[in-house]
Amino acid sequence: MEDFIKKLREGDIRTAARLMRHIDDRTPGYRDKLKKLYPYTGNAYIIGITGVPGAGKSTLTDKLISEFLDRGEKVGVIAIDPSSPFSGGAILGDRIRMQSHCENPDVFIRSLATRGHLGGLSSSTTEIIDVMDAMGKTVVIVETVGVGQDEIEIVDTAHTTIVVVIPGMGDDIQAIKAGILEIADLFILNKADREGAAKTKRELQAMLDLSRNLYKDRKIPDIAETVALFNKGVKEAVDKIYEHKNYLIETGKFEEHNKKKRELMFLKLLHDDLQENILKTFYNKERDNLISQIRDKKLNPYEVVEEIMNEIDLEHFCKVHNG
Amino acid sequence: MGNERKIRVLVAKPGLDGHDRGAKVVARGLRDAGFEVIYTGLHQTPEQIVATAIQEDVDAIGLSSLAGAHEYLFPRVMELLKEKGADDIVVWGGGIIPEEDIPKLKAIGIKEIFLPGSKIEDTVEWVRANVKPKE
Repeated sequence: MEDFIKKLREGDIRTAARLMRHIDDRTPGYRDKLKKLYPYTGNAYIIGITGVPGAGKSTLTDKLISEFLDRGEKVGVIAIDPSSPFSGGAILGDRIRMQSHCENPDVFIRSLATRGHLGGLSSSTTEIIDVMDAMGKTVVIVETVGVGQDEIEIVDTAHTTIVVVIPGMGDDIQAIKAGILEIADLFILNKADREGAAKTKRELQAMLDLSRNLYKDRKIPDIAETVALFNKGVKEAVDKIYEHKNYLIETGKFEEHNKKKRELMFLKLLHDDLQENILKTFYNKERDNLISQIRDKKLNPYEVVEEIMNEIDLEHFCKVHNG
Repeated sequence: MGNERKIRVLVAKPGLDGHDRGAKVVARGLRDAGFEVIYTGLHQTPEQIVATAIQEDVDAIGLSSLAGAHEYLFPRVMELLKEKGADDIVVWGGGIIPEEDIPKLKAIGIKEIFLPGSKIEDTVEWVRANVKPKE
């Protein structure tokens, strides 16, 4: 076993943190480390938490951590905040609400910035989940940027996706685009002590009832009520998470989800590497010039790709691999 | 965003200060300059600050103190960083700190202190010049 993996599995925080940095920054050699880490991944249960800013996701996550620890889990948390599209910088403040756990060796909290990646996660999120997984974390909670129609990338990553709503979203729930309803495996109505909570819950339930056809081959999402700030309803919410997990395992969907993830991951790696290497091989120094001409509409992208594909000796490649 | 590595900074409030407007202004200034700033809120212990800095693999820590935390808690942070083998993290400070205390703080490894009236740009430029991403 490689030294860094040994340290990781012994719970060495510096090793884990430094590895996560290399992955996030894509420094040379990070792929090799991920390759070596791969056999030790695939065990953690991944929970996604998404919802509008102000819904109390971070406070809720803090309480979820405590509850999972009580049940014997070791917990990893990834808290994602948006990078400024102008400056490239970010303020990562989610962990403010989780600082009571920061010295517990069974908890690892990491803040990530999106760095221009769209979809609600950073492009390094799944790989950093893998590091936490290999470290021995049994549950990894991913708190996404927020919720908009396009921020549903979490679905492919998490086993259980939780959408956090708050009372008074009333008309907003009516107007919520289908995407949000579809991605939730569980709704948590936080700040449930506020005025309008019962009404919001009814409206949400009504939306779910109207959308029954969406859930033909899925469990209809439950709605858990919490007041995260006062740690109310959190036990019941976690019970529902385990219920969902058991449902997934019993129906075979858990294994299917993991299989799909492995397939998607492979295709993405292949896609990224091919793209980078082909451009490097064919255009090398001229890469910027090529891109610039495409941006100026001086070249037809369809023609350029055709030309590249004609030049690659695909026949030879196929012969070699199909015998 | 390019392949330039992002610098990660922790802005921390050790001790009992009740106000963090200054720290937040500095955090925003650093964000606007392209850094990733982890801000952990009020009432942090030195142990929490160091544990966070290590988990987040930050390149630098900015310590903010308005009520005398610099006397005991800043040195405690430096001690813990050394203990945990993390003293390659660059540490600077700011807030209400008497000028005569600055030499003591620099002697224990705090690289710079920014007093009230400093411009945010000064902090930003200093961080840019003195902080590099970890290898």
